[in-house]
Amino acid sequence: MVREAMLQYADIALILVPLAGALLSFVLPRAVSLIGIASAVGITFCALGLTETLLTNGVRQHLVGGWGAPLGIELRADGLSTLMLLMTAVVGLGISLYARVWFRSEANKAIWFWPLWLLLWTALNALFLAADLFNLYVTLELLGLSATGLTALAGSAAALGGAMRYLLVSLFGSLLYLLGIALIYHQCGNVDIALVAECLSPTSPSWAALALIVSGLVLKTALFPFHFWLPPAHASAPAPVSALLSALVIKATFYLLLRLWLDLFSPLAPQLDSLLGLLGAAAVLWGSLLALRQVRLKLLIAYSTVAQIGYLFIAFPLASVGMSAWNGALYLALSHALAKASMFMAAGNLMRHAGHDRIRELDLVAQRLPLSVTAFALAGMSIMGLPPSGGFVAKWWLLESALQQGMWSLAIVLVVGGILAAAYVFRVVGFAFTESPVTHEACPIPRAMEWIALVLALGSLLLGVFVQPPLEVLAVGTPLAGGN
Amino acid sequence: MAADDTRVSAVTPWHFYALLGVGLFSLALYTFIVQAHLLRKILAFNIMGSSVFLVLAGLAGSPAGEAPDPVPHAMVITGIVVAVSATALALVLMLRLRDTSGRLTLPEDMGG
Repeated sequence: MVREAMLQYADIALILVPLAGALLSFVLPRAVSLIGIASAVGITFCALGLTETLLTNGVRQHLVGGWGAPLGIELRADGLSTLMLLMTAVVGLGISLYARVWFRSEANKAIWFWPLWLLLWTALNALFLAADLFNLYVTLELLGLSATGLTALAGSAAALGGAMRYLLVSLFGSLLYLLGIALIYHQCGNVDIALVAECLSPTSPSWAALALIVSGLVLKTALFPFHFWLPPAHASAPAPVSALLSALVIKATFYLLLRLWLDLFSPLAPQLDSLLGLLGAAAVLWGSLLALRQVRLKLLIAYSTVAQIGYLFIAFPLASVGMSAWNGALYLALSHALAKASMFMAAGNLMRHAGHDRIRELDLVAQRLPLSVTAFALAGMSIMGLPPSGGFVAKWWLLESALQQGMWSLAIVLVVGGILAAAYVFRVVGFAFTESPVTHEACPIPRAMEWIALVLALGSLLLGVFVQPPLEVLAVGTPLAGGN
Repeated sequence: MAADDTRVSAVTPWHFYALLGVGLFSLALYTFIVQAHLLRKILAFNIMGSSVFLVLAGLAGSPAGEAPDPVPHAMVITGIVVAVSATALALVLMLRLRDTSGRLTLPEDMGG
């Protein structure tokens, strides 16, 4: 009985559970972490329930309050949405468990972290489920505002500056997106994605809308050369926040761009995909090179995110023929979410342990925190694309479609990016084994924080072994995943 | 929009408002990028927001005395709510930044 109800309302529950949790934790500051963990577990069950109904009954549509397309709010869950929701649920649960331990010593921050994080989770789930362009705008803004609050959580001048820059960039990106919607609405008299898809034509208003929406979303996804806001924001936040910003928030705007690209824009602008691919390639090289040059571990990981975002965009020109490049990009998004969350957690552990995150002074940390260093190294395997990791499978698909289409330059970028990633990961692991001249007062770390990082890193490796299940989910109701 | 011949031939006052919105957006965008002071950036963001609302409402106007389409107006109201909360957050952040670092500008880029 309960099970059936849960399966029927899984999609709406995915929005209401974190929202209720956010409001409750705001009112009951004493029970924040309890409410937070309960919501995280609830969301995970809903996401699994939604996946089950999707696999048995196909694409789900839910008209909120029974109102239809032009006026009402419609929720839609196809394979792509569900895969993103699952990714968010799994990584989000890991981050919640980690945050519970992390904020034990900072109770004054915990009372702000949980409401903001659950609100951000609400925005993410609503974004993945929304079926019309204007609701997507609202979820984008909710996401940006809650992410800004989380970025500023540390309260230092660096964190506040990073948060301010992020807020301005995010608001500007949303305005570009909204201006694009104004043009689309004028043309189509509608904002429902399916209805808009039928009315857009290769005319100048459509092109203007496309240019505005794509630039807004590219700015918010931090594609090179618009990545300038990402490293300061992601590196100055507390470890659980860095993890969720790098692993999840970036993926939301990428998802939106991909969804609009597949449903609306790909027939309109055949040249734009090469431009996105070019920027992606530049991001891979530039992000990796800057990651190599960083002195601080968290900045290194943040620049590694800049590089990994590049891979997602390399798929655009590759996917013009066949769909297997999209599978590569989405698989990279999944494995990066797990691996990057794990890396930021491991970095957080090292930072708590030593009181700093200077790479050269890691000081035999491999012997003191072996689990965290193992987690970092395993997650690094996925980031650099070594088998048998999810990152390897993803890059293999990208490389395969690059070679099939004779796009040698992109194939070279894919390989060089992997080598550079190996260089910056091994640089950190190397210094973890050496003794540094300056010794620091070491602070003990709760074991749970190390284990959670390790479990997420193992998850990103398991993605390389169990390839079929994510693809099965992805194939429901989308043109994706057919290629493999 | 100018390249769309059918529409240029039937420019209504509503389209004039929409074009005005685009002009205002460009002006505010210039300020948003050029001015370093955070309050000016926040004000520029607000003007950009208002200009987008002007475009939305302007394009929604109907030509011959018919009732205008209410949906864009609902969008504008939602947009105003978002803009007000975003402005509040930006102002609080700005004041906190001034309290901790003593500056009202963004810190310089970190080498990237």
